[in-house]
Amino acid sequence: MESKIQGRAYKFGDNINSDIIIPGRYLIYIDRQKLAEHAFEPLGKEVNAKLRDFPILVAGRNFGCGSAREQAATAIQGLGIRAVVACSFARTFYRNAINDGLPIFECPEIYSAVEEGDELAIDFAAATIAHKGSEYGFPKLPESVQKILELGGLAAYLKTQLSASPGA
Amino acid sequence: MLVHASTMGKTIAEKILAAKSGKSTVSPGEIVEAYPDLVMSHTATWRSVSVMEKVGATKLYNPDRLAVVLDHIAPAKSEKNAADHLVCRQFARKFGVQKFYDVDAGIAHLVLMENGHVAPGDLIVGTDSHCTIYGSLGALGTGIGYTEVTSVWITGKLWMKVPDTFKINLSGQFKPGVYSKDLMLHLIGTLGADGCNYKSVEFYGTPVSVSERMTMTNLAMEMGVKCAFVPPDAGTAEYLRDRLPQASRYQPVTADADAVYEKVLDVDLGQLEPMVACPHEVQNTKAVGAVQGAHIDQCFLGSCANAKYEDLVVAAKILKGRRVHPHVRFIITPGSKNIMLEAARNGIVETLLEAGGLFTNPGCGACAGDGGVMADGEVCLSTANRNFIGRMGSSNAEIYLCSPATLAASAIKGCITDPRGFF
Ligand code: SF4
Repeated sequence: MESKIQGRAYKFGDNINSDIIIPGRYLIYIDRQKLAEHAFEPLGKEVNAKLRDFPILVAGRNFGCGSAREQAATAIQGLGIRAVVACSFARTFYRNAINDGLPIFECPEIYSAVEEGDELAIDFAAATIAHKGSEYGFPKLPESVQKILELGGLAAYLKTQLSASPGA
Repeated sequence: MLVHASTMGKTIAEKILAAKSGKSTVSPGEIVEAYPDLVMSHTATWRSVSVMEKVGATKLYNPDRLAVVLDHIAPAKSEKNAADHLVCRQFARKFGVQKFYDVDAGIAHLVLMENGHVAPGDLIVGTDSHCTIYGSLGALGTGIGYTEVTSVWITGKLWMKVPDTFKINLSGQFKPGVYSKDLMLHLIGTLGADGCNYKSVEFYGTPVSVSERMTMTNLAMEMGVKCAFVPPDAGTAEYLRDRLPQASRYQPVTADADAVYEKVLDVDLGQLEPMVACPHEVQNTKAVGAVQGAHIDQCFLGSCANAKYEDLVVAAKILKGRRVHPHVRFIITPGSKNIMLEAARNGIVETLLEAGGLFTNPGCGACAGDGGVMADGEVCLSTANRNFIGRMGSSNAEIYLCSPATLAASAIKGCITDPRGFF
């Protein structure tokens, strides 16, 4: 996981569900690039194409609600998105993003201030996000969870656990 | 007066999470390492198998804690699906997973409950958000992704945050033509899609059937819950009597009288009307009267929310001696093989076929976009739990959600119809 991420933000509203993020018929794939080709498809091909130029997503309430499909987080990563900032996340998406190595955090304060294309600078160590001269804080993840994210996801974390205790 | 958190009464979720993490007591917000009793995975199992290979693990924590059910896209409809199913079968055989159910069994949630793999007080995680349904039998069920399933397979545990709990008190009785589906659509519409995000919900008051409880704890997911419970009572004991492998598995967990709730809501069932969720969000609910007459092309009686035996009976009662409108395709996908068998034995299948219905094999079917796919501009009325854009085929199709009674009445009329005229 990168410690700092800087780039332009794309903005979504509330309740973007995981069927919108990646429709069920594409769950036959687990490959990032393949999934990314169909990410946000119900919103139209233009949205998918556009998102590739925005490394940060800013969303309203309940981002990732609905299905527990982990490919929602994978598809977002496949688009080249490196962080998601939302007012709140649905719990299944929240876990899946961490387990997939996609940095996410809740910062409702910034939502109304940000417009599409705005430049954001996220500093994970300081747990701050800078936007047009203002700085916003966000809650840090519990240490055990942070560790999973730092290693790039749960699979990588499991690997280190297994090599630490062979036999498992 | 400041009361120490550990001395206060506990909710069901708090008690189960404490027990499964080896603690005497836990409080909301605390993160625990919990050991689930059961890890379910459906057709997504092949993905968890691929993660297992990727991380180089060769042993399971305990194969008896796994359940695998092939329900989404079953039987296989492409070579790719067939290959995925094969991976699941080979995995189950290789690791001695006894709770393995192939494509004939039905929807995982219903199959696992019917076959006695879910008991009160259990902690169950799985590759499906509607694992919340296990709360109908007093178990804590919640969804996780496929990588995390692999992790629990190998390590036996996962981190969980102890949720705050909402209490919902039910009073009065449903009027004829009104069901727990209508109650849940009412609640989701009132509280919103994230009204209970990260929360546990406990239902109290008016007793309802176990089938209705399944619909309640299933639909609760659509207001964001982590888990939902109808506390075990005589109805639960009766349902589980001949299903649990040992009577000792029946150990109900109930909340303390002085348990702490973040919010308490009261609902008078007698005030409820038949409800419909309009496209493209479940929270977009209206009383059926507001959409009465809306055009429909297809009716889908299916899904883990409302394709149980009782649901088929409700539809058959309305359709007996009547005909499905000629412009409507009426697809019935029983939740499980056992449900279909019971419906066949009791003449329900006959009634629905004679009325113009089409039966598919048990499983997720059209709910997971498998068969019964919609064309551009078409409208489906469904008893499932999600009406998200593109979920049943074209992104330009529309999905409305309702109870089995509203579905049957609407199928006859060829448009959205209040079922109360049929009682
Ligand atoms: S019936 Fe529908 S909601 Fe239920 S598990 Fe299958 S796809 Fe999911």
